[in-house]
Amino acid sequence: MTSVSLPAQAQQALSEFQQYKSWEQRSRLLLRWAEHLEPFPSEAQCETNRVLGCETKVWLTAHQCKGVWHFQASSEARLLRGLLALLLVRINGISATELAQLDVQDWFQQLGLAHQISSSRNNGLNAVIQRIQKLMQAPV
Amino acid sequence: MMLSSPWRADFPALANLAHQGLVYLDSAATAQKPQPLLDALQHYYAQGVANVHRAQHRLGNRTTQAFEQVREQVAHWLQAPVDSEIIFTRGTTEAINLLAYGLEAQIQPGDELVISALEHHANLLPWQQLALRRGARLVVLPLDASGQLDLVAAQSLIGPRTRTLAISQLSNVLGNWLPLKPLIQQAQAQGAWVVVDGAQGIVHQPPNLKQLGCDFYVFSSHKVYGPDGLGVLYGRRAALAQLQPWQFGGEMLDHTDYYRAQFRPAPLGFEAGTPPIASVLGFAATLNYLYQIDQAAWIAHEQRLHSNLLTGLQQRSGIRILGQPQAALVSFTHESVHPSDLAQLISEQGVAIRTGSHCAQPLMQHLGINGALRVSLGLYNDQQDLERFFQALDQALELLV
Ligand SMILES: Cc1ncc(COP(=O)(O)O)c(C=O)c1O
Repeated sequence: MTSVSLPAQAQQALSEFQQYKSWEQRSRLLLRWAEHLEPFPSEAQCETNRVLGCETKVWLTAHQCKGVWHFQASSEARLLRGLLALLLVRINGISATELAQLDVQDWFQQLGLAHQISSSRNNGLNAVIQRIQKLMQAPV
Repeated sequence: MMLSSPWRADFPALANLAHQGLVYLDSAATAQKPQPLLDALQHYYAQGVANVHRAQHRLGNRTTQAFEQVREQVAHWLQAPVDSEIIFTRGTTEAINLLAYGLEAQIQPGDELVISALEHHANLLPWQQLALRRGARLVVLPLDASGQLDLVAAQSLIGPRTRTLAISQLSNVLGNWLPLKPLIQQAQAQGAWVVVDGAQGIVHQPPNLKQLGCDFYVFSSHKVYGPDGLGVLYGRRAALAQLQPWQFGGEMLDHTDYYRAQFRPAPLGFEAGTPPIASVLGFAATLNYLYQIDQAAWIAHEQRLHSNLLTGLQQRSGIRILGQPQAALVSFTHESVHPSDLAQLISEQGVAIRTGSHCAQPLMQHLGINGALRVSLGLYNDQQDLERFFQALDQALELLV
């Protein structure tokens, strides 16, 4: 849905990624975004928060406050941390209603990173997205 | 001079991949196919298909005859002794499952099923689950510090309770040959059945089963330049006679009424349902193709490539090679870079290599790593493929280190 508002950081990500075309520049950018990821507490890197279904270790936590979800995530792999950062700047801080309507696939499409979702079950991004969708459907 | 492959042009996919800027270094996962195989599939489908072992019509007879001839061809290729059979399955995985189910009734609580620590999940899970079903004990032969099978420890673990020994010919992760001969002799002396998983080994050194003497030998056609959906289970007749059928239906029986059936002996009693006929016929074409290759030149070519691959990796700092690879493939990690990061950036550059746990999670745990990258070679690879890989690796490391 085009009416869903784009958070400021997401807007920034979009203009950065639309600027670069070569795999090398884009990979550098992704690695830079990995550094933006909100620090993930080491005690939260536990089995309960582990996202299953990917060979690379990925953790996700979610909190809901006044109808707004806040997610935190991390991974052992840096490029995946970059992808997670790009996901979180898009979905954190928006309302649960907006989040429910958001087409995440389309977001990565706009960034030119759609193949990262579909390509490999190793990279884990897809598993994280599915886990988020499941969390949102679960009764709170 | 650049090392080139005289057989590359026989594999049409290589040129097509090159057109797309892709380099294929993942043949241990599955291999590209030679033109004679494509021709054989085209021929079979275009000239008229028929089911095997069923129809009385001429077409059926012709297909059945051709199909049965492939058994002989495979037996010949494996240098199988006369008192043995070739059973067609859907792959290595199915062949091993067939064995684990077929032997189930023979396994008593407390019996020992032996595997090695480096087995592919296909040669671990069927035995693990059989042990759980029957209250048997799974015994895992350990590796030494260099990743080789610890033969002394192994020999102390094979004993009077050992009922099966299931072991690879060549590791799909470490690229080392296993010391089959002494293990087979010891296990058989204890009255155990020996299963050799030849899925990787056969691609680089077809066995001499007369000499090897194992009871069962299994492999997949698709890894040895043949079509998908076809595996081979070789068995000594005496060993096959101990197996119970595990899948039921079709023409695998001698006689049935509504309530009771009598089943055929191997091979047909273990081939319930329509087999992958086109794949069997296509595999014959692959075998004919492989036969006319100069074996010595083939082995020498792969050895040179393998040695260049190994040397190139050893020259790069931070790279840790798993085990002591002897053939076909090299697996490695980097001291400060996660394998999935490295794999992703290599893939971005159009080089296909494998990453992850390579269907050997317990081995990864044993090695204390969270995955590895694997470069594997086929007879069509050349030095230029390796150069492309090294270039991609260097560029990826430049970004990541
Ligand atoms: C050593 C080994 N065993 C078994 C298998 C399983 O083969 P398939 O998937 O063709 O059944 C493989 C394939 O990766 C292998 O490398």
